[in-house]
Amino acid sequence: MPLDLICPAGSLVSLKAAIDHGADAVYMGFRDNTNARAFPGLNFDEAQAAEGLRYAHDRGRRVLLALNTYPQPDTWTRWTDAVDRAAKLGMDAVILADAGLMRYAARRHPQLRLHLSVQGSATSYEAVNFYREHFGIQRAVLPRVLSLPQVENVVRHTGVEIELFGFGGLCVMVEGRCLLSSYCTGESPNTAGVCSPPKAVQWTDTPSGLESRLNGVLLDRYGRDEKAGYPTLCKGRFEVGGETYYAIEEPTSLNTLDLLPEMLKIGIAAIKIEGRQRSPAYVAQVTKVWRAAIDAVKKNADGFTPAPAWQAELNKLSEGQSHTLGAYHRPWK
Amino acid sequence: MNLSLGPLLYYWSRDDVLAFYDEAKAWPVARVYLGESVCSRRHLLRLSDWLALAEQLAAAGKEVVLSSQTLVESESDLKTLRRLVSDGRFRVEANEWGAVRLLSEAGMSFVAGPTLNVYNPETLAVLAELGARRWLPPVEMSCATLASLLEQAPDGMETEVFAYGRLPLAYSARCFTARHYNLPKDDCQFRCLDHPDGLPLATRDGASFLTLNGIQTQSAGVYTLIGELPALRDLGVASLRLSPQSRHMERVIEAFQIALAGNGRAAGMLARVMPGPAVDGYWHGRAGLEHSAERQT
Repeated sequence: MPLDLICPAGSLVSLKAAIDHGADAVYMGFRDNTNARAFPGLNFDEAQAAEGLRYAHDRGRRVLLALNTYPQPDTWTRWTDAVDRAAKLGMDAVILADAGLMRYAARRHPQLRLHLSVQGSATSYEAVNFYREHFGIQRAVLPRVLSLPQVENVVRHTGVEIELFGFGGLCVMVEGRCLLSSYCTGESPNTAGVCSPPKAVQWTDTPSGLESRLNGVLLDRYGRDEKAGYPTLCKGRFEVGGETYYAIEEPTSLNTLDLLPEMLKIGIAAIKIEGRQRSPAYVAQVTKVWRAAIDAVKKNADGFTPAPAWQAELNKLSEGQSHTLGAYHRPWK
Repeated sequence: MNLSLGPLLYYWSRDDVLAFYDEAKAWPVARVYLGESVCSRRHLLRLSDWLALAEQLAAAGKEVVLSSQTLVESESDLKTLRRLVSDGRFRVEANEWGAVRLLSEAGMSFVAGPTLNVYNPETLAVLAELGARRWLPPVEMSCATLASLLEQAPDGMETEVFAYGRLPLAYSARCFTARHYNLPKDDCQFRCLDHPDGLPLATRDGASFLTLNGIQTQSAGVYTLIGELPALRDLGVASLRLSPQSRHMERVIEAFQIALAGNGRAAGMLARVMPGPAVDGYWHGRAGLEHSAERQT
């Protein structure tokens, strides 16, 4: 089944919204730092996870559990317990980044399906095949750094299903290899499951404009007519060589609707929608558009063009109300 | 505890690279890491040139390690990686898991680089079984976490810690140096050559923050553990990695050497040749940009 639609479930309400609007699968995390969206008020305890699984399975859909941070030595059992719980609950797959944890899961729960998380930073088929040979992974989520021809080359050289990010927040850096957040705040996605954590964010109204700071570091300053976005570190304005600009990336979202025919053609197994931290209404709207688009491309790939109404809907939901094809489209680099 | 000269992370002219390593032959470092680990477009030294340098440094008594590219994107990147592995004369530092696969298939022992993300002893054990004999923790790892990890480290595994230099923090498909010059990455005109220690990035209120180095983003602060040698020794760390900078590298190495010999003035000597403010927050389990001396005052 090519081009499965994988949607974010930050809560039970979001999970149901995604399922009701046509997700083939949802992904979720437990309520701690074992996953890369360890935000307050987000994620699932065991009872909620069980209810979510029931809801999805009753409707023939799947639930994937993200355990994609890197286990720390003193709290190793928090991660292995989470793997055990996932197996016991009957998760359809666990999404892992750490090789040690993957070995644990493969040995202890040989029937449990393993996906390599984007946080595992595998960008070549040699890396993907490493995880296949040693731990039997069935699927890999590729970091948002490869161009589409490079993705195709990976697909051609591996038996592992390839999943790509299709829509939502755009990591400019190779996922799993970005420590900017911990450099600034002490917490990184790898160790704490957060990037630019809300608790480090500070907004100050000053005579020269509204300032956003992360642990005291000025990320941006907004004029009266400018719309302020969430201060993600890599999307701030900085000074380089006497110029002030978005030195790393603009506040923009990834949107790959235009690429769907190509993704189908090269044999992408699944499209992932980012955004477990977003609202159930957001999840519902995005899922609805992507369901329609994927159905349309499967019906007629050659004649596919994204409906203007879809793009308009997605643009409304995008960070900075703009979107990009990211690295899939080579000129972005 | 001995010293390693880490891989050159910047792009220098061919003459500058050759001169740097010519001097390095006489420096008191046990080990030299060679090769292009950041950007595949940097071509002033080809793999054959690096291998020739490796021979010279080995002849000068250095242990030579070839560092693999951290972000592997294309078939041509893989081709370079395969040649690095198949040469077989020198140990290789694996900086991503594709390299681990090739090295373990070839039956070669290797160095597990800092971007393999070894955060726990179980992952280190996986690497040990595959042939890793030396490893580097991620640069964000604290002393306390490293201590916990090393309690269960596999027998015979040597630990090397990134102990000096601007911290390599992130890698991207995008080239931020080319972006600064409004150039596409494919036609970057090799502007990295103009920035032998990277391109400084500051906040809008003028605080130095990061350093752009092509597709790599580094800290602006210079990580230094010169004041932490007793703790590093207690942990059983085998080597300290010192990351190359364009000027005064010899004096950086000298400062670490006399610090290892117990000279308390070493930190002051080092401070005079650092290209930016000292940081050591990561080592103390804090934000990387912090510095312990500032917190105490």
